[in-house]
Amino acid sequence: MPRREARSVVAAETVGPYTLLRVERGSIDPGNPGQFFMVEAPGRLLPRPMSLCLAPPGELAFLIDPVGPGTRALCGLGSGDRIGILGPLGNGFELDVPRPLLVGGGIGVAPFPFLSERLGAPPAVLGFRSSWHAEAAALVPNAEVVLEPVYVTEAMPDGHDVLACGPEPMLAAVRRLSPNAQLAWEAPMACGYGACYGCVVELGGELKRLCVEGPVLCSS
Amino acid sequence: MLLLNASGCLDALVAPEVAATLDAYVTKTVTPLPRAGNAPVRIAETDVGMLNAIGLANPGIDTFLAEHLTRLAALGLPLWVSVGGFSLEDYVHVAERLAVRVEVDTIELNLSCPNVDEVPENVGEVVAAVRALTDKPLYAKLSAAVPDVGATARAAETAGADGLSLVNTVKGLALDERTLRPVLARAAGGLSGPALRPVALAAVHTCARETRVPIVGMGGVATGRHALELLAAGASDVAIGTALFADPGAAARIRSELEAESAALGFVNPDNAVGVAHEAGAPTLDQGSRLERRKSLHTQANLSS
Repeated sequence: MPRREARSVVAAETVGPYTLLRVERGSIDPGNPGQFFMVEAPGRLLPRPMSLCLAPPGELAFLIDPVGPGTRALCGLGSGDRIGILGPLGNGFELDVPRPLLVGGGIGVAPFPFLSERLGAPPAVLGFRSSWHAEAAALVPNAEVVLEPVYVTEAMPDGHDVLACGPEPMLAAVRRLSPNAQLAWEAPMACGYGACYGCVVELGGELKRLCVEGPVLCSS
Repeated sequence: MLLLNASGCLDALVAPEVAATLDAYVTKTVTPLPRAGNAPVRIAETDVGMLNAIGLANPGIDTFLAEHLTRLAALGLPLWVSVGGFSLEDYVHVAERLAVRVEVDTIELNLSCPNVDEVPENVGEVVAAVRALTDKPLYAKLSAAVPDVGATARAAETAGADGLSLVNTVKGLALDERTLRPVLARAAGGLSGPALRPVALAAVHTCARETRVPIVGMGGVATGRHALELLAAGASDVAIGTALFADPGAAARIRSELEAESAALGFVNPDNAVGVAHEAGAPTLDQGSRLERRKSLHTQANLSS
């Protein structure tokens, strides 16, 4: 179990509506793509679960969508600010797949830059609400971008091992097309390490903690 | 002074390193039958605390005894098992199964979960029934959301409780920023964290005055100062909950802060601060009789086991 570490923000860069928060890494293990970190949100009681977006030398980078008070506080951080980071946590993607295809929607592309790097830049299909949101696609090599009202499921080529992350309806649609896909889910979490029982999802008829069993789950 | 986790705020089997930072481990509440708990969304953050509506998710007493208890005992910590139910018979059923297990150090009766629809019967009745079947230390966990928590505490004491755990969460509601609908699937949930702290202090202060049993104080403890204030209000021990979520290292930090805070105020150790809020004038270094009572309780428990 990792310890919570205090780290300095290196920079907060704007990527369309999102913020790429770059934090000094120190001795923190970046883990495997799809694993996540609990990132302290300044002024808030609870940290926020964030998958790692990039692991450049000496840094950890998180792609953040300012959708609530915690993520807005994170996007407002600047160089030199100190925050607590706990991780890596949970189970990431299984990388030993012969023909990987990344399928993502919106802020669900967050873990893909790190995942793409580890997989040697496989093809990716990324869907966004607007061309402004799609600026995040620049972080992912070999990406085909579709914009609403076109969905990623209309652009997914056959015969691949799908690794997907995005909103629940997208994951459900991907699962119908590709029953063996690895899907990265999201749920509100208080702790990230199995203590709060807040992040349960239904798995095989049982409620399981996503932070312990996931967040990446094989859909079949 | 023991530092514990609040029930339901740590899974020692998933995070044994965190449990090892505590003086005793309190389990999530165990009920007679397995409970999946409430549907998600189960947690929400507010500006002043956290809401949860987990709904007593637990494997049930049979699986708990068969698969969890031995592994929990292997952690080497005194083990407090939290017992829940929806009728007098439920509490008795779980408690009598635990009463014969040497691994169980203390039984804590959860008489106050805000996230289930069924309410337990009268506190005194449940405590008396469980008291009749075990000599193990018996704590009653109470809610402050009653008209007179002192009266409830006295009922628990009269019925034979050895101690009180104060407090459980109180009901709160959060609405979604955009839709104005409840965030939690069950609408309301148990409020913990900073907002609960003055509520807990008041309940501990009242019950310390109105009963003679030791108290585990809990509710919003995130710093050593917070723990010290609960001791001053009359708690002998302190439990942490929500603070563990934000930082699994919270217990070690709170313990060292507590030592420093109490020393800075002139106390030889934190135990010397127990109950000072009830004393007129300047703080005294006299160890309260409450602390002695707790020690004798544990001594008796050791002798009887």
